[in-house]
Amino acid sequence: MAGHEVSVRLTVDGTARQVDLDPRVTVLDALRDELGVMSVKKGCDHGQCGACTVIVDGRRILSCLALAASYDGADVTTAAGLGTTDHLNPMQQAFADRDALQCGYCTPGQVCSAVAMLEEARAGMPSHVSPDVSDTTVDLTDAEVRERMSGNLCRCGAYVNIVRAIQDVAGQDVARAGGGAA
Amino acid sequence: MKPFAYERPTTVEEAVALAADGGTYLAGGTNLVDHLRLGIREADRLVDLTRLPLDEITERADGGLVIGSGVRNSDLAAHPLVRTRFPFVTQALVAGASGQLRNMATTGGNLLQRTRCVYFQDPTTPCNKREPGSGCSAVEGFGRYNAILGASEDCVATHPSDLCVPLAALDTEVVVVGPSGERRIAFGDLHRLPGDRPDLDTTLDPGELVLAVEVPPLDFAVRSRYRKVRERASYAFALVSVAAALDVHDGTVRDVRLALGGVSHRPHRARIAEEALRGRPATPDQFRSAIEAELGAASPGEHNAFKVPLVRNTVVDVLTGLTEGSAA
Amino acid sequence: MTTLEPRMLEPEAPAAADAAPTGHDRMRVDAPAKVTGTAPYAYEQPVEEPLHLFPIVATIALGRIAEIDDADARALPGVRLVLTHANAPRIRVRTDAALTILQSSEVHHRGEIIGAVVADSPRVAREAAALVRVTYDEQPAELGFSIDDPRATVPRRVNAFKHGSYERGDADAGLTRGTLVEADYSLPMEFHSPIEPHAVTAIWHDVSALRPRSTRLTMYDTNQGTGGHGALLAPVLGLLPTQIEVISPYVGGSFGTKGWPWPHLVLVAMAAKRLTGRPVKYAMTRQQMFRTVGHRPASKQRIRLSVEADGRLGAIDHQSWAPTSRLRSYVDQTVSATRMMYDVADLRTIHHAVVQDAAPGSFMRAPGEFSGMFALETALDEAAHAVGVDPVDLRVRNEPAQDPETGKPWSTRNLVACLREGADQFGWAERQPVGARRDGEWLVGLGVASATYPNMYFVPNRAGVRFTGGRYVVELQASDIGTGAWTVLPQIAAEALGVGVDLVDADIGHTGLPWAIPAGGSVGTFAWGDAVVAAARKFRRTHGEHPDEGDHVTATGRMPRGSRGYSRHAFGAHFAQARVSTVTGEVRVDRMLGAFAAGRIINPRTARSQLIGGMTMGLSAALHEEAHLDERFGHVVNGDLAGYHVAAHADVGDLEAITLEEHDPWFGATGAKGIGELGIVGAPAAIGNAIFNASGVRLRDLPFTPDRLFDAWGQPTASGTRATSP
Repeated sequence: MAGHEVSVRLTVDGTARQVDLDPRVTVLDALRDELGVMSVKKGCDHGQCGACTVIVDGRRILSCLALAASYDGADVTTAAGLGTTDHLNPMQQAFADRDALQCGYCTPGQVCSAVAMLEEARAGMPSHVSPDVSDTTVDLTDAEVRERMSGNLCRCGAYVNIVRAIQDVAGQDVARAGGGAA
Repeated sequence: MKPFAYERPTTVEEAVALAADGGTYLAGGTNLVDHLRLGIREADRLVDLTRLPLDEITERADGGLVIGSGVRNSDLAAHPLVRTRFPFVTQALVAGASGQLRNMATTGGNLLQRTRCVYFQDPTTPCNKREPGSGCSAVEGFGRYNAILGASEDCVATHPSDLCVPLAALDTEVVVVGPSGERRIAFGDLHRLPGDRPDLDTTLDPGELVLAVEVPPLDFAVRSRYRKVRERASYAFALVSVAAALDVHDGTVRDVRLALGGVSHRPHRARIAEEALRGRPATPDQFRSAIEAELGAASPGEHNAFKVPLVRNTVVDVLTGLTEGSAA
Repeated sequence: MTTLEPRMLEPEAPAAADAAPTGHDRMRVDAPAKVTGTAPYAYEQPVEEPLHLFPIVATIALGRIAEIDDADARALPGVRLVLTHANAPRIRVRTDAALTILQSSEVHHRGEIIGAVVADSPRVAREAAALVRVTYDEQPAELGFSIDDPRATVPRRVNAFKHGSYERGDADAGLTRGTLVEADYSLPMEFHSPIEPHAVTAIWHDVSALRPRSTRLTMYDTNQGTGGHGALLAPVLGLLPTQIEVISPYVGGSFGTKGWPWPHLVLVAMAAKRLTGRPVKYAMTRQQMFRTVGHRPASKQRIRLSVEADGRLGAIDHQSWAPTSRLRSYVDQTVSATRMMYDVADLRTIHHAVVQDAAPGSFMRAPGEFSGMFALETALDEAAHAVGVDPVDLRVRNEPAQDPETGKPWSTRNLVACLREGADQFGWAERQPVGARRDGEWLVGLGVASATYPNMYFVPNRAGVRFTGGRYVVELQASDIGTGAWTVLPQIAAEALGVGVDLVDADIGHTGLPWAIPAGGSVGTFAWGDAVVAAARKFRRTHGEHPDEGDHVTATGRMPRGSRGYSRHAFGAHFAQARVSTVTGEVRVDRMLGAFAAGRIINPRTARSQLIGGMTMGLSAALHEEAHLDERFGHVVNGDLAGYHVAAHADVGDLEAITLEEHDPWFGATGAKGIGELGIVGAPAAIGNAIFNASGVRLRDLPFTPDRLFDAWGQPTASGTRATSP
C-alpha cells in the first residue's frame, strides 16, 4: 500500500513550520532535508549516538527515531534555538569556554542533551548511578553527569571537558537563560 | 524502507480495527523505526498509538499498579510509587538505553522489543527469526551475546529488555485487546522460547494490542535490586542482568523473586533457584548453590560460556547485598 | 611543570614567549558556530534541487556478478538513474584498485560498491536500491590469519615507508642472556567511527561540450585535505586536478578514514557526470561506515625479550602478523617503534602480511605505533614484573643516548622526564604490589606505558598571506578535523607577522589555495606552520609593516636544513588507575594522566583537548572496541554503534594531560611537534598493566571485556579463547 503524504506542523526554534511529508520522514530528516534546519546532526540514524538530540516540548529525544507525523504539533528546539553565535546560551558558552568540543559534530546534540538533562535532574529523575532511586533530590556529581550524558557519544574524546562545562552551569537555570528563540 | 500509510487513532477500538486491517502498531518508535529502516521489517500501514489514552499509572486498591502501555520509560522510572515500592523496576529502566531513548520508549513497546542479535539485524545474513528456514548464523558465529538457557538449534537470540526482567520477577499480568476482545496474559506466558518458530517472539495474536501491565503488590519488593553487566558502563545492552527481591527473616529466606536477563529468548524467571532458597539460610553459599541449580540446564557455546559464572557471581552478589541491606 | 632546555642549537631563535600569540590559550574560533550547530558540514552545504544517491553493495566476498535486475528499481517513481558496471563511465587511469569501481562484474570483497540508485529523495533512492536484485557466481574467499600463518609474506615496505623487516646485532644470542619473557598479543579490527559519517555532494558542470577541459567538478566533501583528494580523484575521473573543486571547511571527525579518497566519492562523481548540472548528494549510513572506508587492520604479535636482573633489556624479537586486502595492500608499521624505543643492541623486528578477500584496511590514528606499542609496553611490564624492577625505572634504565636504529642523535627526547614528572603528578609511589589493593568487590591497580610518535613531515607545504580590509588572512589547503587548525594557524601567522592574533583569519578547507598536505600523521600544526611562518616573513619582507589592501604573497615551508641528521620523535608517558570487578569482570578506568613532551605547544587549550582525546580513544580501544569480521561471510557483523562500542561518557573518569616545556627546532620553525596521535599510543598498555597490578591477570588481547577476565580466571568456559575476528 503506497503512503499518502501527511501534513505536519512543527514549531522549530520558535518558528511555526508546516510541511507535507511522506510518513517515512523522521523529525531529523524533516528538519535537515525538508526544512533546511542543519543545527541537528545525523550520526547513526538508529538511536546509537545521540547526535540528533533535540528538545521536544521540554524533553530531549532522538529525532532520528521519531517519525515526523507522530510529532505533529510539537515544539522542537535545536542548538540553534538555544542561542546564536552572537548570543550563546550559558551551556553553549560553557562548552566554548571549556573547549568541550573538537570536530563539533556531536556538539549540538550534546548541548541540547545537557540542557534538558539538567531539567531532568532538577525534577528529581533518578539515574543508573543514583545511590537510592527513591530519593527525589539529585546530587549532580560528575558520575551523575557522565551517566546522564552517556547517550551522546563523542569520538574526539571531549568527555572530560563536556562534564566540566555542564558542571559550570549546573547551578544555573540554563533552559530559560541566554539568547535565541524563546 | 517501503512506503506505508500512517494512521493516528484516538481510541483503542479504532486502533484495533485499523490493525486488523493490515496495520502495524507504532508506539515510541525506538525499535520499529530502527527496523523499518534496516529493512528487516515492513509495514503497509502504521497505527500510531501515541494519541491513545494509555499513558496513566494508577494504583490498585491492593497496592499494586496498573501501568498503561503508553507510559514512557522515563515517566515510569520516576513515578513515586514505582521508585519506592518496586525500586528494581526503576533501576532496570534507568539501566536501559539513554535518557533520550527513555523519553521516547513506551512500556508496551519495551515488552515487545526484538532481539539485538547482530545477524537478525543484518538482512544479508541468514536468520531464522527474520526469515524462517534460512538458518541461524549466530550459533556458530559472533556469539558472545547468545542465550545460555532455552535456546534451540534454530535460534540462540536473547531478549534485550531490562524492564522485562523485574516484571518477570513480579508475577505481572499483561492486559491485551484484539479483534476478539480483551484478555490477560501472565507475564511468564507472554514471551516464548524459540523452539522451531523463532520468528514468533510472543504469544500475542495478530492485531493484539498491549493495553497495560498490572503489577501485583509485593511488600518485600521495597528491598529489591537490578544489576546489569555490560561492555560499556552505560548505553549498552546487557551481557547478563539480574533482578531480585528478597524477604529475609531471622537469617532465613522467607520469600524471593529472581529473574535473569541476557540469558534466554525471553526474560528468564529463575524458579528453580527461588524454590531452592525458600526456607533456607540467607547465605552466599546457599545463594550460590541455588543459582547453580538454575544454571544446571545451561548449554553455552564457545563464545558465551563466561555467562554461566557471570550470572552465578552476579546473583550471589545481588542476593548477598539484599541480605545485608535487610540486616541493617 | 618541568622546564627542559632544548638540547640542540636552534636554527632560528623562537619569539619571546610572553607577548607572543602562540603558547597561550586561545578559544577555538569556530566554537560559537559549532555549539549552535551552524558550522556547515559537507551534507549541509546549500545546493539547488539536489538528487540523492544510495549505493548497491556486494553481498558475497568473492566472485562475479551474474545478473543485475534493476527493472523494479527503475520503475519506482522518482528514480533518475541506476548505475552499475553495465553503464558506468569508464575509468582509464587505474591508480587505485579500490577506486576502480563499476568497471567489471568482479566482486573483490563483501560490501564492495557495485552500483547506485539516484532519485529525487533519499528515501526513494534507498528503497529502490533495495529493489535491485543481484545474482552472483560465488567463489570461495580466503579469510582469517594467524601467527606463523604459512601464507604470510614479509613486505619490503609497510605504511609510512617503513621497512618490512629490520634486525641489528644477534637477537637469538641476546635472548639467551637474562630472563626470557615471551608472549603473544592481539588487537582486533578497529573502525575510526567519526560521529559525522562520510558525506558528499557532487556537481558536474559541463560548461561546453565542445571544450572538454571546460568541465568542472565541485565536491562538497568531508576530508582531511582537499588538495590531496582532488589530486587523487582527478585521474580516476578523467580530469585534471585543476578541474576539481573540493570544499571541506568543517569535518566531523576523521581519525584517518577521511585522509584518503574512498570509492563512494568516485561513485557519486560518476552519478553526477551522468546527471550533469544536478547536485548529487550522498550521506553514508553508519552501517556502510564499516564497509569501504578503511579500518585499522587486526594484529597478532609475538614478542620474545630478555631482561637482566637490573632491568636492562638484552634483546627483543618482535614480529607482527596482519591481514591485507587482495584488492589493495595496506600493512601497518606495527613493529617499527620497537626499533627506536629502547637501548637494545640485539633486535629482530618483522612484519608479516596475509592476503585476504576483504575490504582494504587503512591508517587509523597512530597506525602501527598504536598496535605495536600495546604489545611492547605490555611486554615491558611483564619484564619488570619478572625481574622485580619498578616499571618506570625499567624504562628509564633502557633509555638510549641516540636512536639505536639510525645512530642519529635525537632532536629532542624527553621520555624520561615524562615518566618522572608523570609519576610524580599521578602518585605512582602509591602503587601497591599485585592484587594488594581492594575496594569492596573491586581490585584496584596502577599501570604505566610509554608513548611515542615519529615526525612524518615528508613534503614541503605552501601558504599564502593576504592583507584585506585591515586584516591578515593566512591561506592554505589545511583542514581542521577537530584539531584546532582554524584557531592555531592564525596564532602562528600573527606571531610571525608581529601582530595581534585577533587581526588574523584563516582561509582553509578548500582547493584553490596554496598546496598543503592533508591533516594526517600529526604533522599539521608544525608542517603547515612552517609554510605559514615562511609566508608571513616573506609578506613583511615584500610589503613591509604597512601593507596596502590586497597585498599578497605565497611561500614554501621546508624542513629545517640539517634536520635529516636527527632522529625526530615526540614522547610521552601514560599512567592509569584501573579497577576490576571480582564479581562481573568489568573493568573501569578511574583516572589517567598523560605526560607529554611534544615540542612547543602553540595553543595549550586545543593541544590538551587533542591529547586527552587520544587518551580517551586509547581507553575506548582498551575496554570496548572490537569489530567482528565473520569469516563465513567476509564482513563485519557488529557494524554499527550499538554493536561496535566506543567509549561513552560514563566510561571516562578523571583524565588529564600535561605537557612538558620543549622546543624542537628540527621539526620546523614553530618548535612544535605533532600531538594528534601521540595521546593514543600506549594508553591501552597502561590500562592493561594497571589491570595486572590490580588483579594479577595479564590480558594480552584487546579489548579487556568481561569475558576475557573470566577466561583468565579459569572459570569453566567451553573454550580458553574467544574467536577474534581478523
